[in-house]
Amino acid sequence: MKKKMVSILLTAAIIAGTLAGCGGKTDSASQTTEEGKVINIYCWNNEFRERVEAVYPEVKETSADGTVTTLNDGTEIHWIVNPNQDGVYQQKLDEALLNQADAAADDKIDIFLSETDYVNKYTDADADVAMPLADLGIDPDTDLADQYSFTKVTASDVNGVQRGSTWQCCPGLLVYRRDIAMDVFGTDDPEAVGEKVKDWDTLKATAAELKAKGYYTFASYADTFRLYGNSIDQPWVSPGETVIKVDQKIMNWINDSKEWLDAGYFDKNVKGQWNADWNQAMGSASKVFAFLFPAWGIDFTLSPNWDGGDGAWAVTNPPQEYNWGGSYVHACTGTDNPQHVKEIILAVTADKDNLLKISRDYTDFTNTQSGMQEAAADDKNFSSEFLGGQNAFKYFAPVAENIVIAPLSAYDQGCVELIQNTFGDYLQNQVDFDKAKSNFETAIKERYPEITEIQWPEQ
Amino acid sequence: MKLKRKSISYAKWGYVFILPFFLSFFVFSLIPLADTIRYSFYEYYRSGIKEIGPKFIGMENYISLLKSDMIRYAGNTLILWIIGFIPQIVIALLLASWFVDARLKIHGLQFFKVVIYLPNLIMASAFAMLFFTMFSTGGPINSILLSLGWIKTPIDFMGTVFGTRSLVGLMNFLMWFGNTTIMLMAAIMGISPDIFEASELDGCSSIQRFFYVTLPLIRPILAYTLITSIIGGLQMFDVPQILTNGQGTPDRTSMTLIMFLNSHLKSRNYGMAGSLSVYLFIVSGILCFFVYRMTNDNDPDGSKAAEKKNRKKGRR
Repeated sequence: MKKKMVSILLTAAIIAGTLAGCGGKTDSASQTTEEGKVINIYCWNNEFRERVEAVYPEVKETSADGTVTTLNDGTEIHWIVNPNQDGVYQQKLDEALLNQADAAADDKIDIFLSETDYVNKYTDADADVAMPLADLGIDPDTDLADQYSFTKVTASDVNGVQRGSTWQCCPGLLVYRRDIAMDVFGTDDPEAVGEKVKDWDTLKATAAELKAKGYYTFASYADTFRLYGNSIDQPWVSPGETVIKVDQKIMNWINDSKEWLDAGYFDKNVKGQWNADWNQAMGSASKVFAFLFPAWGIDFTLSPNWDGGDGAWAVTNPPQEYNWGGSYVHACTGTDNPQHVKEIILAVTADKDNLLKISRDYTDFTNTQSGMQEAAADDKNFSSEFLGGQNAFKYFAPVAENIVIAPLSAYDQGCVELIQNTFGDYLQNQVDFDKAKSNFETAIKERYPEITEIQWPEQ
Repeated sequence: MKLKRKSISYAKWGYVFILPFFLSFFVFSLIPLADTIRYSFYEYYRSGIKEIGPKFIGMENYISLLKSDMIRYAGNTLILWIIGFIPQIVIALLLASWFVDARLKIHGLQFFKVVIYLPNLIMASAFAMLFFTMFSTGGPINSILLSLGWIKTPIDFMGTVFGTRSLVGLMNFLMWFGNTTIMLMAAIMGISPDIFEASELDGCSSIQRFFYVTLPLIRPILAYTLITSIIGGLQMFDVPQILTNGQGTPDRTSMTLIMFLNSHLKSRNYGMAGSLSVYLFIVSGILCFFVYRMTNDNDPDGSKAAEKKNRKKGRR
């Protein structure tokens, strides 16, 4: 009999083990205080945590592994980090958002972050996953008056209700190699070089000059995409429609890229961005003159890939004002910590002193118009070591003021990614133009099954 | 004391012990499988964070798949598989017959067996990453060729259809020829040495012996290798996915069926992905049926077939 009991027990243990994953966490006595004890924040790296730690005065300490930050009143911030690559972050976030209504109070998402490429998916008025800031008690017109207005437009839904806020603003510049400028133009002065790249026609003439000396202007055709793609006049998909309208600016990018690539102004061995060849093009052995980057690109991409000393690169004005990237902070519908969420959003995205501190410590170009103007004039505190003491804010600030942000849609990420991929084949002479078009149509319908039609502009 | 217990049956404990497997199989495999088939008849996907469906639409997914480029991707899959399989089976046969040939007296046989199996131990995705880096335009292969002076400008391996497909084939070949070699060696060693001895006594050359003795006798295992390799090939995914960054570049010529499936799953299109899975399931099912027939050969030495033939002759 004893044996029997033991074996039943064992079997039960095995079964229990197999099914353990299915059981939900048992909730410890749910408290009915006004604010929850746990603030859950979904994000994709440490960036936001570092900035909260730096400027939110209530922060007491963060655990060594960086997963829990304790506030002075005992509330814990739980950081739920999933990598952005391959859409992992969005997948995990989407799952959590779908379960938000049923989740226990302390498991609910309180804050989540999104990037410009897909911010529109989460600020959607029907989906209503990001709370309107007004519902939190933040008045965008007064509390966020100093922010750049295009960042406020980006974070708003179709009805103009702002559902997110950002601490950073990502105006892009042209970053160039001083030694190549010296060799080709006889000067490496940012003002003089800026004059040579001030618009597309001038830049094209400059590109021919660089070519004559054996240099490439940019690494790849993908480098210029954001300048065209982030200034389109109409959204990829208009609200409520299922038709993709390819903007004339995108066609311009394709045609210009073809022309530039065939003329040898791009390095044809570099195919697209974020790959080994592209990273190599930022090294000292490369023949590439310039890159188009916002502040984060210089810090996170160019600087780690550069193998020479500081001061080899300098920034100047781009041929066209553009914005690339930016992380938005959203309060999640159903949060049980609205007061803390409001405080955090205000501290990180609306307080001028805090934002200037972020700019100084993390070289972010931050979302405060007056602050950035001060920074542009303050060479002592805001010069960059990597740029050999140049004050990049002087060039960022005017770009930021002139940015006209493209109208967004929830389909931007897929459209941007797939148009570059499918027309990459065309630019490399693998397929003809019409084939590239039809490949884009196939690929985009796979990605977004609800898309019914793709309209191309007249050539 | 009851006298009912005439014999003690332990059989029930057997059932108890296999119960956990069947339970987990039921929960984690059978139900998802049934769901996949069910959803293949539904319109069911995500648009942003809004769920569309599930709405029953009958065979619509199946029809639109047939109208799409599915057949083309099936062709890609087949080509990629053949490029890898032909060298794989030829080299494996050659190596297997050398390795088991007692008269060749190969030194360090065990060492070679381990070495040829090694590529299979690397994860396919890691292997693809390695090749992607090695064969990129600025990668080591191009640098070596350039510094040797064999080429003037770097070769764009992954920019051409031929290059990409060859690389995928090469990787599949490298990963699987060791495995096949070891399987074929087992098959050849299973042949009675008497037959080889007899053939030698009759003055058989080693080439004749290979084609007229070894090959016919390992036919069932060869067929098994072929079919399992086709089924594996149908599911080819990680190597081309990583090598082409999920795009099947250039011009979707290295897009396999499972990569096609995967691109539907990016939008959580369970309906379309489900019906594609059902197509794959049917094809694999047919192939499995052949394997089953072959491995359950009820006429292993051909005697029944010969008898039938004789009878036919006799009747005439």
